[in-house]
Amino acid sequence: MNYSQFLNMIPEATLMAVLVIVFVADFVSAGRKERRWFNPLVCLLMLAQVLVSFVQTDAVSAFGGMYVTSPSANVMKTILAAGTLIVLIQSRNWLSRPDTSFKEGEFYELVVSTLLGMNMMMSAGHFLLFFIGLEMASVPMACLVALDKYRHHSAEAAAKFILTATFSSGVMLYGISFLYGSVGTLYFDDVAKLLAAGTGNLTMCIMGMVFFFSGLGFKISLVPFHFWTADTYQGAPTTVTGYLSVISKGAAAFTLMAILMKVFAPLTEYWTNMLYIVIVLSITIANLFAIRQSELKRFMAFSSISQAGYIMLAVIGNSAAGVTALSYYVLVYVVANMAVFSVISVVEENNGGVTDMDAYNGFYRTNPKLAFLMTLALFSLAGIPPFAGMFSKFFIFMAAAQQGSAAAYAVVFIALINTVISLYYYLLIVKAMYIKDSDKALPTFKSDCNTKLALAICTAGIALFGVCSCVYDWIAMAS
Amino acid sequence: MDYSFVFLILLLPALTFVVLGLAGMKMSHKVAGLIGTTSLGIVTVLSYYTAFCYFTAGRGADGTFATLVPYNFTWLPLGALNFDLGILLDPISVMMLIVISTVSLMVHIYSFGYMHGEKGFQRYYAFLSLFTMSMLGLVVATNIFQMYLFWELVGVSSYLLIGFYYPLHAAVAASKKAFIVTRFADMFFLIGILLFGYYTNSFSFSFAGDIVMGNGAAPFIPVDVVKAVAAGGFIIPTALVLMFIGGAGKSAMFPLHIWLPDAMEGPTPVSALIHAATMVVAGVFQIARMFPLWIEYAPEQMSIVVYVGVFTAFYAAAVACAQSDIKRVLAFSTISQIAFMMVALGVCLPGHEAVLDNHAQLGYMASMFHLFTHAMFKACLFLGAGCIIHAVHSNEMSAMGGLRKYMPVTHITFLISCLAISGIPPFSGFFSKDEIITACFAYSPVVGWIMTGIAAMTAFYMFRLYYGIFWGTENKELHAHHTPHEAPLTMTVPLIILSVITITCGWAVNFGSFVSASGQDYQIHLDTQVAVTSCVIAVISIALATYIYKGEKQPVADMLYRRFPKLHRAAYKRFYMDEVYMFVTHKIIFRLVSTPIAWFDRHVVDGTFDFLAWGANEGGESMRGWQSGDVRHYAVWFLSGAVALTLVLLCI
Repeated sequence: MNYSQFLNMIPEATLMAVLVIVFVADFVSAGRKERRWFNPLVCLLMLAQVLVSFVQTDAVSAFGGMYVTSPSANVMKTILAAGTLIVLIQSRNWLSRPDTSFKEGEFYELVVSTLLGMNMMMSAGHFLLFFIGLEMASVPMACLVALDKYRHHSAEAAAKFILTATFSSGVMLYGISFLYGSVGTLYFDDVAKLLAAGTGNLTMCIMGMVFFFSGLGFKISLVPFHFWTADTYQGAPTTVTGYLSVISKGAAAFTLMAILMKVFAPLTEYWTNMLYIVIVLSITIANLFAIRQSELKRFMAFSSISQAGYIMLAVIGNSAAGVTALSYYVLVYVVANMAVFSVISVVEENNGGVTDMDAYNGFYRTNPKLAFLMTLALFSLAGIPPFAGMFSKFFIFMAAAQQGSAAAYAVVFIALINTVISLYYYLLIVKAMYIKDSDKALPTFKSDCNTKLALAICTAGIALFGVCSCVYDWIAMAS
Repeated sequence: MDYSFVFLILLLPALTFVVLGLAGMKMSHKVAGLIGTTSLGIVTVLSYYTAFCYFTAGRGADGTFATLVPYNFTWLPLGALNFDLGILLDPISVMMLIVISTVSLMVHIYSFGYMHGEKGFQRYYAFLSLFTMSMLGLVVATNIFQMYLFWELVGVSSYLLIGFYYPLHAAVAASKKAFIVTRFADMFFLIGILLFGYYTNSFSFSFAGDIVMGNGAAPFIPVDVVKAVAAGGFIIPTALVLMFIGGAGKSAMFPLHIWLPDAMEGPTPVSALIHAATMVVAGVFQIARMFPLWIEYAPEQMSIVVYVGVFTAFYAAAVACAQSDIKRVLAFSTISQIAFMMVALGVCLPGHEAVLDNHAQLGYMASMFHLFTHAMFKACLFLGAGCIIHAVHSNEMSAMGGLRKYMPVTHITFLISCLAISGIPPFSGFFSKDEIITACFAYSPVVGWIMTGIAAMTAFYMFRLYYGIFWGTENKELHAHHTPHEAPLTMTVPLIILSVITITCGWAVNFGSFVSASGQDYQIHLDTQVAVTSCVIAVISIALATYIYKGEKQPVADMLYRRFPKLHRAAYKRFYMDEVYMFVTHKIIFRLVSTPIAWFDRHVVDGTFDFLAWGANEGGESMRGWQSGDVRHYAVWFLSGAVALTLVLLCI
């Protein structure tokens, strides 16, 4: 075996290096009280990782087709690394508390290793490597959710997460075994070829595909595989929730699209039908849940389920435009959602851990700047022009509508109606901040410079990604 | 020559707007004003430099100045049709750069004195920068869509500046009126753009250079034959007329002129910049920009432009004769003069070759020339009016009279501009107006004589205004109470500069060498007959005005007033156009259309959506139990969901 092939896996190799450096740094400095340099170091390393992924654009294949990467996957890796960078910047506030500071290194290592898993998952060329990547992302994720383990909520959330994750992995492996049973290989290319040639029992293949889909549907939290989302999002530390809602979801969505389009291309007719059902269910049911939700993190969980439905719309397009639209949507979703979570997190820190929507009553009077940024982010999530969210929704809808069938139009139409509902519940928060008044409005507070930096990056993204066409062009060029 | 620096011309005012808009309130008045003026000064220098380089670079082999596009990037790609943003330099856009930057700089300097100590001084300068940026962007647009973007931006900045004194009810009403009327017209503009874009697959102005014409043949992209034939047939004329409606709104052509007189509620320097020199000529500029298309595809429809222009010119001149508010007189005079430019464009006749001999497209050059000269002397008149208002604290002519003793500089510059607008040689207005009237005679003698008559009216009402302010009956009571004084240097210097331009630019440069319909060098030569006629008529009108209005006692004016009270009243009330609008909107549209729609909206539309919202809410409530928190349930749902999906897929 030629070990130099590892050098071809540049983003993964550098991420591994980051992981080792962080681990060593943490190990060497363990026990010291003040580690002011630690967060900047990790952020700088992550920034380097973003740049490396950005520069790396070629399609690479290594280890006999086990590892395959395409320009569009590299774009996605860059986006996810950038999102992780924002999470890391923003996490400092939370990690500087006395009860969390000793876990700082742990948090960074876990985050980086989940990202590594996701990268592996995205560039797998074989179902087994894909599965290993998935688990590599999943297991540390459970640890992250449980990071606050002495708090009951956090532990419960982690337990629910790991239990359902195990279950879904089981179902998925079951599906993959069906697939193996009917076509006799697990290489993506070969499966696609054999399926196209009509090898194997169609019923078995479809069953395998649906079960496989349910495993990733779990990660993306599509209805009906979404039940863990609300409990886990609510219980996990807020920063982890933010990470979970954007990075993990984005990676899984991209992988799912790549596999559906590449491996299951012969079954396109079947999986488009499946997506119609799942998308309509996800968007509608999540919206109905979100309307009645007053706990903000739980609310964001349902919001993220419905956003997942929108992301899946891009897959319906089954085209290069769809790939672009999905990556672009994830990018915009990363900045908007991270802005919201940054605000939630900083409010939580100043509010004794309460994340109820009522806590935001009169927020504008005491903290106008934060309220304003939160409003921008929510507007972007709801898709109000001229913020980036409107453009990303537009491209998603366009990609789906270009598929051309009546059912696709119907699904796009239902999704459009649902944006109205989503606007309603996003505006509920805005209403609480601006219009509702309260004697117990949060006192005015100053946020630390890391939160400010994260918010600045996110706001710049919300404001500029839409109007600067170069961002879209960059993604479109790769896909 | 590298024109890559041209983007600074747009960027600097934009930055100034951002800086002053965000941080202006933390600065002193002086600093804010200095930032605005300095940045505009640099823009002016850059504009002059651009013009210098552009016009000295020489003509190409075909005798025209090259059309340059230093920047053009695709902003929104939409398949075959793209929205681009860029910068286009050709003779008219470079000429407009000069006009806008010059007048804007003068207004910036002038406002130091005029707005001294006003609350919101910084905001004022921020808006001025925004306006300048938008107007510059409008003229250098590379495509009709970009033009529309900036077109709306100038509309917004005009709205903001008219409503600058927002505590005053009249200012708020005027700004709303201006915005709504121009927006209404812009709707047609947008429809025109979309029609045009859909059928020709292009928003670009690049047709100007290489248009290929055949009867119904495809001039743009010959892929879609059906569309191209439609475009060559009736679509382009329709689109152009729709765009003209938008231009007529911005340029205050009858019957969309009603906003401009009210817009005088804004600060006077703003009136000089926006409502006399630059924004209101956007409609003229738009037609000039689309001129190759008009000439090729819609020569018959050009007569619409002529008729609208002639009527507006006459109407506005008639109203101007009876107004007593000096800014209103100037406003109607502006409407009338813009109509002159419109007529000049409209009287151009089709035909590519032999243009220069038979004057067929002289109007194009004349219109642009008049745009240029008018911008200078009208800005000078408005700024002069500002000095007067500054001195007597009133817009009404009754508060003035005999001011020549108190304000010598204002008096002389005002007189020069009045002579220019009346068409007396050697002032600039004579040359440009003469070209317009010559072009009109070439089109039809009737139009020529009518325009000559309106030119005579122009001379009459301008000198009525002049004598009313500087001679005539002095309001001694008011002046004793508060002696008028000459304006400070910051205000008089722009007046002097503008009047020097007015004196010289008619004869010192040959405008036809820069701008002409075919792009070739065109030597302006005066048509003796027309020149003499219009001169004589102007002199007679001025003499008449002198006879009636110069003296302390004005028996003739009083007699006329007594003899024709109804006519005077009607003209003073602008022939009741505002009342007509009020009647149509309030009595007809509001009652017959809006009220039923409002009822439908309130009961049917709202009811439906209330029901949907209620349903969604109830649905959310009834589903809550589903999310039980029990992991075992989750697993069951997970598995049954997967199985159900499989079954569904296998069944369909």
